[in-house]
Amino acid sequence: MHEMGIANSVLEAVKAEAEMRPGMRLAKVGVRVGELAGVDPEALRFCFDALVKETPLETVSLEIEFRPRCHRCPACGTDFNVTNFETKCPGCGDPATLFLGGTELELAYLEMEET
Amino acid sequence: MNRVAVEKKVLGENDRIAAELRSRFLERGILCLNLVSSPGAGKTSLLERTLEAFAPSRRVAVLTGDIQTDNDAVRLACFGFPVKQITTGGTCHLDARMIERALTDWKLDELEILFIENVGNLVCPASYDLGEAAKILVLSVTEGEDKSLKYPAMFLRSELLVLNKIDLLPHVPFKLETARENARRVHPGMEIIEVSCLTGEGLPQWQRWLEGRVPAPRKSHTAL
Repeated sequence: MHEMGIANSVLEAVKAEAEMRPGMRLAKVGVRVGELAGVDPEALRFCFDALVKETPLETVSLEIEFRPRCHRCPACGTDFNVTNFETKCPGCGDPATLFLGGTELELAYLEMEET
Repeated sequence: MNRVAVEKKVLGENDRIAAELRSRFLERGILCLNLVSSPGAGKTSLLERTLEAFAPSRRVAVLTGDIQTDNDAVRLACFGFPVKQITTGGTCHLDARMIERALTDWKLDELEILFIENVGNLVCPASYDLGEAAKILVLSVTEGEDKSLKYPAMFLRSELLVLNKIDLLPHVPFKLETARENARRVHPGMEIIEVSCLTGEGLPQWQRWLEGRVPAPRKSHTAL
């Protein structure tokens, strides 16, 4: 349960980005969370909401984009989402596929309005 | 409404410090290993058995993390190698800044192996890079064969699985083969070594793995 620390890191990054854009009001924060990031999206939302409460960022909404574990098949070039730990290529059946993504924990975007 | 792409890692500051630590370790030829597990799987026991087998001339040090107490540092200090406790005071994982801070008064130059014993937790430590060369996951046979399926992030990020307490296999319904299969479903090709820190079974294999990862010995040795 380290989502409070993660939410705090998100907010620090958001504040730094927002400071670089004076005259804009922050409306939404987009965060990308991979299946294997070790972060629970709902716990992250709970912590984010708790941290912004009664602050100037209280009206900012958090959008979490969930990313499943994704593999690439070097044999046939297929990219696919891994479900139930099945890492065999669904295209050609090759078992030797490579990890491509699913550990993301990123501040993806901000939505801002002119004030 | 304007959407501004940011594309920054949330733990970018941790990753920056971890990258600095990693390059410091690489420059000096230090093997840094991050030991992770659930509480009680045997990280400290594995370190005890590892330290006791080292010749006193080896340049080995340990950073050990816990939420409270310096019990682990006390257990590990009796082998004559430098040991420092990091007490997180509630935080469920170590982060790169804690490592950086703990290393400030140690001379890294002649160190060959730095063990970091993380806080016992199979979730949060997976998110924090500490600058290590590899994470080593210790799992004990009293925990169930499906831990890899329940905590895939940690298994995926760990290079080696040390399956501990195999002396208890006759007494628990743990199936080694199922545990191995499950670990490799999550992390295809994951290396697995089975040990008992109590009886010493399997430890030579672990020591061979370890020595295989230590950079070539250097000519001079000075005190840490």
